[in-house]
Amino acid sequence: MGMRLHEYQAKGVFADAGIPTPASQLASDVDGVVSAADEIGYPVAVKAQVHVGGRGKAGGIELVADADEAREAADSILGMDLKGYHVEQVLVEEAVDFTNELYVGITMDRSEGKPVAMVSTKGGVDIEGVAEEDPDAIAREHVDPSFGMHPYQARKAVYDAGVDESVARDVSSILKTLYDLWESRDGSDVEINPLMVTEDDEVVAADAVMNVDEDALFRQPELAEMEDEAAGGDELEQKADEYDFDYVRLSGNVGIIGNGAGLVMTTLDLVDHYGGEPANFLDVGGGAKAQRIANALDMVFSDDNVDSVVFNIFGGITRGDEVARGINEALEQFDEIPKPVVVRLAGTNWEEGMEILNEDLVTVEQTLEDAVQRSVEYADEVNEQ
Amino acid sequence: MSVLVDDDTRVVVQGITGGEGKFHAEQMMEYGTNVVAGAVPGKGGQEAVGVPVYDTVHEAVEEENADTSVVFVPPAFAGDAIFEALDADLDLAVAITEGIPTQDMAKVNKRLSETDTRLVGPNCPGLITPGEAKLGILPGNIFAEGNVGLVSRSGTLTYQVVDNLTARGIGQTTAIGIGGDPIIGTSFIDALELFENDPDTEAIVMCGEIGGEDEEQAAAFIDEHVDTPVAGFIAGRTAPPGKRMGHAGAIVSGSGTGTAESKISALNDAGVPVGDTPEEVADHIAEFL
Repeated sequence: MGMRLHEYQAKGVFADAGIPTPASQLASDVDGVVSAADEIGYPVAVKAQVHVGGRGKAGGIELVADADEAREAADSILGMDLKGYHVEQVLVEEAVDFTNELYVGITMDRSEGKPVAMVSTKGGVDIEGVAEEDPDAIAREHVDPSFGMHPYQARKAVYDAGVDESVARDVSSILKTLYDLWESRDGSDVEINPLMVTEDDEVVAADAVMNVDEDALFRQPELAEMEDEAAGGDELEQKADEYDFDYVRLSGNVGIIGNGAGLVMTTLDLVDHYGGEPANFLDVGGGAKAQRIANALDMVFSDDNVDSVVFNIFGGITRGDEVARGINEALEQFDEIPKPVVVRLAGTNWEEGMEILNEDLVTVEQTLEDAVQRSVEYADEVNEQ
Repeated sequence: MSVLVDDDTRVVVQGITGGEGKFHAEQMMEYGTNVVAGAVPGKGGQEAVGVPVYDTVHEAVEEENADTSVVFVPPAFAGDAIFEALDADLDLAVAITEGIPTQDMAKVNKRLSETDTRLVGPNCPGLITPGEAKLGILPGNIFAEGNVGLVSRSGTLTYQVVDNLTARGIGQTTAIGIGGDPIIGTSFIDALELFENDPDTEAIVMCGEIGGEDEEQAAAFIDEHVDTPVAGFIAGRTAPPGKRMGHAGAIVSGSGTGTAESKISALNDAGVPVGDTPEEVADHIAEFL
């Protein structure tokens, strides 16, 4: 995964590196779309810039032949809700006449612990389907990260995939450029799908995916700046970004806070196991201080679906006394606690934590199993009222 | 008996003058770990938590016979620190640091194949042989000496399961947190092999989670090569596909690989019971002993 760039951002990065891309302009209002389309020349594609797979199928991409159609498409796409994402910008792009669609991509093969370059002549919308049903249709070439991709490896992958001789040279060169970008820009996945082949044997990147390793953003300042522009998603998930929590919103009513991804996932699973429905995944991470704990409670209380909260901390690097202080701090500001909170503290400094914790404000349980069951009961009680 | 770490392990702490490094070096020593040196560039000649600090890991090896490193270096520099540990020819390096760029780890991974040093982690809690020594950040007081080996991808989940074991009087030979990152040094299979060859380990707990195929590969290995009884736990049964649950590694991809179901059925097929709750894992282990 990682931080995902918008198509127009990724295309900018690719074009700067010398990969051919169609003429395009970004627009955020209807008039802007029409004047961009006029300038580029019809036909053009109007493409929603949101982080959603299958944009085309969902109505986020339209091909238009004249100014009226451009206006109509802009009107329907701008402001639309695409699988939960609000469309604020579209890319207006020269429509490319193609004879063939290829796929090229670089990703980290975690089971090998090294990057792999992939090429296929079966590019287009359903590359995942190809990967599943006809894996041999994708040529793979592993790369030694200490050397980078040798040019011969790019050629080999392209020949192995059966790319036509007439464009093999250009596609190899694009694949090598793509690897160099992946390496120099700390990509996690970069891909071009489709890489279109035109009648004149030109090769053009009609789409562009670039996901960047979030852990490497400290050394990719230009890409880090794009992150803010690329922000989107659920309101609560945005709030979680501000607080810097690993947070995923789910559809249930038992709010969950814990430390460490594995333990938080386990808490979710146990809520489900005992007949409840988890409302979220929220990992406060290691070594959280009181303020961060209070922020976490604020996060979960902000979710209207939440009827009860289970707070499960097993301290290693996180200290029970800090957690207890944070819980007190967050709850003491209310005249009435908005939703019942069940707390289970274990590990580092848990005794100190239990002394500090204001037990008038929360329900304390000793074991994970008991804490989860109690929180599910509370949520059920709220629902019955 | 135990695996990887015991009373004789001589530890150099990389990053011993930083907040975390210092705190946990102290905690390790308090637990009984033989911390013999620190290594921090520019801090050579100083002393930290009662041990000498050297500019390089190589000096710590020459002067103090360190054979194991624990890395508490910030993520931007941790890849380099691990390289230093590998090039100093240690037996073992344990990288606690979370958030190391994946490409740095890919380079480390390449170097690992060229050295005899074992790496545990990164992004892991470390490992502990109860009553003897611990390397990393695990809270020592929840562990007890005993005959169960434990290997886990997740730190706090390890503590939870250990708590369930210790609460009913089941102690551990060694517990190893292998870390949740996409690229790690010691895999489930490596740890299972160590426990299988340890005469004192009578049962093994393996805690996995969604994402990747490591658990499936481990299941195949157990089927072929492990006679010691194994009980499993898989976190993330209720995680929706496409959403990353904290760890870079913990994601069920769109095409359905890395799901809890696939891991649980692979383990079951290898004769490994998988608990629905940590408590049930302890039940299975109790039956084995």
